[in-house]
Amino acid sequence: MRLTVKSATLLGLVALIALAPLFFPSGFYYRVGALIFVNGLAVTGIVILTGWAGQISLGHAGFAGIGAYACALAPVHWGLHPALAVVLGAGVSAVLAWLVGRPILRLKGYYLAVASLGMGILISMVLNNERALTRGPDGIEVAELGLRAVLKDAGLELSNGQFWYFLCGLVLLAGAWLALNLHDSPTGRALRALHGSEVAARTVGMDVARLKLQAFVISAVYASVSGSLLALQNKFITPDVAGFMHSVEMVTMAVLGGVGSVFGAIFGAAVLTLLPQVLTVFAEYEQLVLGAVMVLVMIFLREGVVPSILRKIRGGGE
Amino acid sequence: MTLLSIEGLGISFGGVRAVHDVSFGVRPGEIVSVIGPNGAGKTTLFNMISGVYQPGAGKVVLEGEDVTAMSPHLLARRGMCRTFQNLQVFQTMTVLENVISGYHLQESGSVLADLLNLPASRRRARAAEEGARALLGRVGLERAAEREAGSLSYGSLKRLEIARAMALKPKVLLLDEPAAGCNAVETEEIDHLIAEIAASGVAILLVEHDMKMVMRISNHIVVLDHGEKIAEGDPASVSRNPAVIAAYLGAEDAAG
Repeated sequence: MRLTVKSATLLGLVALIALAPLFFPSGFYYRVGALIFVNGLAVTGIVILTGWAGQISLGHAGFAGIGAYACALAPVHWGLHPALAVVLGAGVSAVLAWLVGRPILRLKGYYLAVASLGMGILISMVLNNERALTRGPDGIEVAELGLRAVLKDAGLELSNGQFWYFLCGLVLLAGAWLALNLHDSPTGRALRALHGSEVAARTVGMDVARLKLQAFVISAVYASVSGSLLALQNKFITPDVAGFMHSVEMVTMAVLGGVGSVFGAIFGAAVLTLLPQVLTVFAEYEQLVLGAVMVLVMIFLREGVVPSILRKIRGGGE
Repeated sequence: MTLLSIEGLGISFGGVRAVHDVSFGVRPGEIVSVIGPNGAGKTTLFNMISGVYQPGAGKVVLEGEDVTAMSPHLLARRGMCRTFQNLQVFQTMTVLENVISGYHLQESGSVLADLLNLPASRRRARAAEEGARALLGRVGLERAAEREAGSLSYGSLKRLEIARAMALKPKVLLLDEPAAGCNAVETEEIDHLIAEIAASGVAILLVEHDMKMVMRISNHIVVLDHGEKIAEGDPASVSRNPAVIAAYLGAEDAAG
């Protein structure tokens, strides 16, 4: 039973990534799929931070922005390979998360939400205004990753859409695997414990501030890698990636699907990535429908869609 | 030799002296109880000893080291652990996970190893789980191991909290009303459990309302009234002490 949550999630993801293309009516859906995986990765980080450690960040898009612009700038200015730029972005995000989180996470309460909100807005402002470096709101082109050409030479020929679909799928799988490992590990248990009762967590010797900081840094790396993947597959990026709406979107996806469950959060990412595609016909009502969905979920499925349904199934089976 | 000594501890809230100049000591294997009428300052005293409140005066000394106002997680590292009157259990985790969390200091290692599920991480987790199962057996909860902690009865939760504290292998255990809200059978079970823990050499400091239980298991009793120590001694002498009787009768009069 305890093994199944992890293996069921991973098997489900593998099946989904491998089988979904069989049902794609056109190549366009590879792109939608890749977007779902990129968002799913960021939201998996939110599960660790919010679902387990109980901390809320409203500035995670800032880290996605750092990851994205690392891929745009580092190859041009320092001649870094784009793959290494992903690592650089993750490193910068981790350091920034540590610097912001260290003083804030010593405090009790929702200070992290406010501080991260400010941080996200600052990053977004820098990306918008430092035109000499980032070219401002119009966006900037991003170098080719080059891996697809390598695969082609090795005899594996994929269309651009297919390549990014499978690469993002694999990265999401890796991210989910790491997160699920963490869940059942001593650190993951401690994170869930301090979410339940900080007083009790301290009593059993948990360094609550340090644990929260670890969760914040890990989730920042998830967001950063997600931003990098977005930039690399679009070969173009605008400061919107770091915008406040993107931060809210990440939290919304996690809460919709189930913030305590990796599979639930990825499901939430899938729904909210697909919805705008479905709703293009009545684009003006997109925000309205999104809002209505969120309100309904909060009223009827408070734990999020996936955990609520699972609980119903288990409850009915007994 | 005294393991834990409380030296002239005091605190005021908004000019009101909640606890004033309280001193006593606890030796290994000894059960010391703090009693007193409601509002006498027992829990406040406990909160100062366990680092929840910062005392206005006095010192808490653990094994010769001044640990006054030290954060609870650092006290845990030095071998002091406590339970709570109003239960602090990790409700949404399983009973087993609750006890495993008590092994945190023994099982926690590098986060990277945990993320990658390295053998070192799994070994630490497995050792903690084995220990936790054994402890659940000791408190009679082994069959509830996989249940969500929030679904347990009140008495079971009290025992769960004690099991979690024991997982830390503490030298000093502070129990804040471990039998509060329990029925007679549950109280007796907890009673035996405490005596057993003390017999293994742990120093126990107890706050308890159940006088029968206190008289039965304590080696030494400290009586508080209006934040001050009014008597101290073995159960027999304390129960005959006129000041103690007056404090309790007075409290009953006020309550009636």
